[in-house]
Amino acid sequence: MKLDLTLNGRAVSDDVRPDLTLLEFLREHGCLSVKQGCGTANCGLCTVLLDDVPVLSCSVLAVRANGRAVVTLEGLQEEASAFVGFLADQGADQCGFCNPGMVMNTIALLRENPDPSDDEIRAYLAGNLCRCSGYEGQLRGIRAYLDSRKE
Amino acid sequence: MMTIRDYVMAESLEQAFALNQKKGSRILGGMLWLRLSSTPITTAIDLGALGLDTIEETEDAFSIGAMARLRQLEQHPGLNAYTQGAVKDALGSIVGVQFRNLATVGGSIFGRFGFSDVLTVFLSMDTEVELYQGGVLPLTDFIRQKRDRDILTRLIVYKKPGRFVYRSMRAASTDFPVLTCAVSRWDGVFRAAIGARPMAAVRVEDETGILPEAVTEEAAAAFGEYVAARVKTAGNLRGSAAYRTHLVKVLTTRAALALGGMHDET
Ligand SMILES: Cc1cc2nc3c(=O)[nH]c(=O)nc-3n(C[C@H](O)[C@H](O)[C@H](O)COP(=O)(O)OP(=O)(O)OC[C@H]3O[C@@H](n4cnc5c(N)ncnc54)[C@H](O)[C@@H]3O)c2cc1C
Ligand code: FES
Ligand code: FES
Repeated sequence: MKLDLTLNGRAVSDDVRPDLTLLEFLREHGCLSVKQGCGTANCGLCTVLLDDVPVLSCSVLAVRANGRAVVTLEGLQEEASAFVGFLADQGADQCGFCNPGMVMNTIALLRENPDPSDDEIRAYLAGNLCRCSGYEGQLRGIRAYLDSRKE
Repeated sequence: MMTIRDYVMAESLEQAFALNQKKGSRILGGMLWLRLSSTPITTAIDLGALGLDTIEETEDAFSIGAMARLRQLEQHPGLNAYTQGAVKDALGSIVGVQFRNLATVGGSIFGRFGFSDVLTVFLSMDTEVELYQGGVLPLTDFIRQKRDRDILTRLIVYKKPGRFVYRSMRAASTDFPVLTCAVSRWDGVFRAAIGARPMAAVRVEDETGILPEAVTEEAAAAFGEYVAARVKTAGNLRGSAAYRTHLVKVLTTRAALALGGMHDET
């Protein structure tokens, strides 16, 4: 099936199988930050923005992105670079596998709510699983970033 | 793994309904549940271009399109003002924001899932289901209907002045619920909707007037006992029938207390 979409600001056209997932499509188009963790809509690792809204690309058909704008971490390097250092400073990453999904969803959170409380951060990131770190490091990192912006 | 032979963006409900009559066809909601099935799909029918993704509010009702996402419901000011936040409380524990940006109200209600927070919270309200062929019927009747090849087009929630409280028990915060409970009062009657029994949600009405309008601790506990005696539970890997029946009592009592504006230790 014919698919036309905007990927990280670039027009992309392809012919795809109806059951190809958006995750598979994105990886085939070089967006290797988008990874499959669970593949069952449970872990948040595959998070991308679809028309600016965070979704699980493992559970979206590529054809459903026709005519729409998809953004992955590859397209958000600058926005991410503002706070990923704060995550690293807090030792939030251990193996780092969850990081792309966590960063994508944090970007979505901060666009929607630029000054979230700790509870709002926890609630928004609840669908991003991390097998290593216990989440406190990520929370401290985001908090430190938000505090630094107020200084 | 899910396989799809043809994908059709439906141009009308008539077309979607006709396509859906074939055995291998499937209506696509958010696809989160559907995707886990390994049954091959011959025709996947997308309702995405039919304008079914809106929530309309009039003076006396909400009309919720089948393709409205759970996140839209959770963030809808009118729906949350009407239910005093019960809709947000019910949906906020479902997996995560990215998930709820995809999952639809149509897929959630049509699926009649036993574990459904969505079904439980809407059952506590005066809710009707609109089907393309089957017309409009109360949600209480729809839950009992056998699954067929009709299309759910929207939910209608009547804004009966009332109060609503939602509670659930989960082993971990975004896991499937072990029990769901929504207590409400409208038309002067207290009701408790109980789901994840683990069977689909049921609603019990306070027919004998156990709960006075000014809720007391004793009356809330008695209502908990009353509901537990009327709700059948069963065991599965998340909990035994006895544990669930205990939860029915505890959650109903707490929700009734919260509804009465009293201390609720959850
Ligand atoms: C990992 C996971 C965890 C979950 N956890 C919870 C939870 O804790 N609490 C909870 O309440 N729910 C939970 N759910 C269920 C979820 O919230 C949705 O209810 C479910 O995914 C169905 O919604 P959907 O939009 O994805 O529908 P789909 O998966 O697209 O559809 C479900 C079924 O309904 C049919 N269908 C869809 N739309 C229509 C329509 N308009 N008319 C007729 N038929 C239709 C489809 O053909 C399919 O058979 C979970 C689901 C998953 C996958
Ligand atoms: S891979 Fe998509 S949610 Fe886990
Ligand atoms: S750091 Fe290893 S999964 Fe999160």
